[in-house]
Amino acid sequence: MTGGRLGNAVRQRLGIGVAEPSDRVHLWRISLIWLAWMMWSEPVLWFIAWPVIPPFRLTLTAASEQWDGLVAIMIADGAMSGVLIYGIYALIVWRQRKGQPMGDGPPLRSHWGVQAGWVFVTTCVVLGAFIFGTVELIVPAGAGTGEGPSPIWVPGSKHILPIQVIGQQWVWTYRYPTFGGFETTQLMIPANTSIAFHVTSLDVIHDWWAYQLGVKADANPGEDNVAFATTTSKLGKVTVRCDELCGIWHGAMFDYGYVVPQAQFEKWGHSMAKKLAPLTKQLPKFAWTYYPSANGDYPGPPYYPTNTDPFYKMYQYQYGKSGPEGRLPAVHVNKTGS
Amino acid sequence: MTRPWRIGIAVAFFALITGLCFWGVFTWVRRQPPNVNFAAHHDAGRPVHLTVQTVGTMGTGHPHPAWVSYLVKAPDGKWVHSTQWELPAYTRIDVTVLEYDGGHALRNQVWAKVQGTIGGVMTLNGKTVRQVSPQTAYGETHTFTVPALGLNVPFAGVNGNSPTFCTTAPCTPSHVHNVIKFSFMTRAPGQYHWQCMFPCAAGYLDGNGGPMQTLGYMDGFLKVMPSPGHPLQVGQ
Repeated sequence: MTGGRLGNAVRQRLGIGVAEPSDRVHLWRISLIWLAWMMWSEPVLWFIAWPVIPPFRLTLTAASEQWDGLVAIMIADGAMSGVLIYGIYALIVWRQRKGQPMGDGPPLRSHWGVQAGWVFVTTCVVLGAFIFGTVELIVPAGAGTGEGPSPIWVPGSKHILPIQVIGQQWVWTYRYPTFGGFETTQLMIPANTSIAFHVTSLDVIHDWWAYQLGVKADANPGEDNVAFATTTSKLGKVTVRCDELCGIWHGAMFDYGYVVPQAQFEKWGHSMAKKLAPLTKQLPKFAWTYYPSANGDYPGPPYYPTNTDPFYKMYQYQYGKSGPEGRLPAVHVNKTGS
Repeated sequence: MTRPWRIGIAVAFFALITGLCFWGVFTWVRRQPPNVNFAAHHDAGRPVHLTVQTVGTMGTGHPHPAWVSYLVKAPDGKWVHSTQWELPAYTRIDVTVLEYDGGHALRNQVWAKVQGTIGGVMTLNGKTVRQVSPQTAYGETHTFTVPALGLNVPFAGVNGNSPTFCTTAPCTPSHVHNVIKFSFMTRAPGQYHWQCMFPCAAGYLDGNGGPMQTLGYMDGFLKVMPSPGHPLQVGQ
C-alpha cells in the first residue's frame, strides 16, 4: 500500500519524513479495531447502563444529570478505548525486536499553519463545550443548585410549590408555607410538580443534598438559597444528606424524603397542617430567613424572621399578586409545565 | 560504645518516643464515655427503666465545670457521667428525666412537640402534655432527640434563681427540678445517635460549641443490643 500524495506532502512540509506504506495499514487496523469496540460498547452503554446511571429520573434535573452522565461515559468509553487499543497495538506491532537496529526518527520542526490550526480547533472545541455545557446546565431543567435569593433560572411552570428547608445542627426540618407554614422533619414531595426549595440555616453552614432529586444547595444562616426541581411522574424515596462539614455529628445529618402522587401529597399536607396547628402557632411567623438568638430569649420569640421581601418578590409574578403568605393559594400543585 | 551502637540506640529511643506520642494522641482522640449497660440483665418482655438527669453545670472537680450535661443512673443505682447507653432491641424503655437546668426558649420551636413516644405524650411533674411552650413557667431547656427513631421530647426548665438550684452534678431531689416521664420502643440492633436540639452551650458562639460538640455531654448513642429472648415487638 502506498502513502497518499497529500499525506506525504504534508509530512514532508512538517519535516517528519514521508509516510511508510505500512503506516496507513496500521492506521486502518487501529481504526477498525476501535470501531468494532465502539459498535458494541456504545449501544450497551446506551441501552443497559443508561437506566441504572444515578441519580435516576425522579426530577427533570435528575434525568438531565443522568443524561449528562451517559454522555460523559460514552465519550470516556471512546477516548479510553482508543488510547488502550493504540497502546496494545503499539506494544504488539511496534515493539523493539531482538536484533532490530535502534535509531532516531526524523527531527521535528515547527509549522505555523499546523500550530495555528491546532490552536483554532482546540479553541473551538473548548468554547463549544463551554456553550453546550452552559446551555445544557440551565435550559432543559436547571442545574439543581442553589441560585441564591434571586434565581437566574426559574422553571417554566406557572405554579411552583415552595418548600423551605431549614438546617440546624444536626437535623433538617421543612416548612410548607402553602399549608399554613407548619414545620416537620418529614420531606414529602408531590409528583409532576415544579418545586422551589428555599434552603436556609439556623446556625452554621450546612448543605442540603437531595441526591435523587438532583438538587444540592448550601444552607447559610440568614440566607435564602433557592434551588428548583421539577418532579416527574416517577415516585420514590429520596436520600437527603448534609454535604458540608458542620460539626461533630455532620455524618448523622441525613434523612429520607418521598415523592408521592399529588393527591396523596395534598392529603398529607392538609392533615399535617391540622395535626401540627398547635405547634405552628408557637413557631415564628413564616419568613425565608431567620435570625437565631444565642440561646433563645425567654420569653421572646425563639428565632426571628429577618427578611420577608424575597417571598413576595419571588412569587408576585408567578401568582400575579402579593401580600401576606396567608393569601397565597392553598396548594400550588399542578401538572409539569402547565 | 561503637558508633553503630550509638546510632541504633538513638533510633530506638526516637521510635519509642514517637510511638508513645502517637499512642497518647490516639488514646486522647478516641476517648469515650463509658457504656452503661441496661441490656445485659434485662428480663425479656419487660420494660427497661432508664433514669437520667440534666444539669446546668457539671461543677467543681470536673474537667469542664461550666458545661451542661446529661448523667445516667446505672443499674447499680450510681449516677454515671455518660451518654452511651446499651439498651435491648425491640423493648419498651420507660424514661424518667430529672431536669435540673434553668429554662429559656428553644431556638426552633418545632422541637417543643413531643414526638415518637408511646402515645405521643410525656408527663411533666405528673401532668400529661404533648407540647412545651416558652411561656411554660420557666421556659424550655433541653430536648432528648433521636432522629432515627423520630423521637423528640422537650424538657421544661426550672427557676435558675432558686436557692436550691443545682450547680454541681450529680444533683439530688432536694434541688429544684422537674420530673419528665415518657416511654418509647427501641428498634433493631444498632447505634442510634441522640442529641439535645437546644444549642445550650453557654459561652460558645450561638450555643453550638463545647458540650454540644462533645460526646458524653449533650449528645450520645443508644447502643441497641440484640436481645435473643425477644421476638419482635415484645413489650409493646
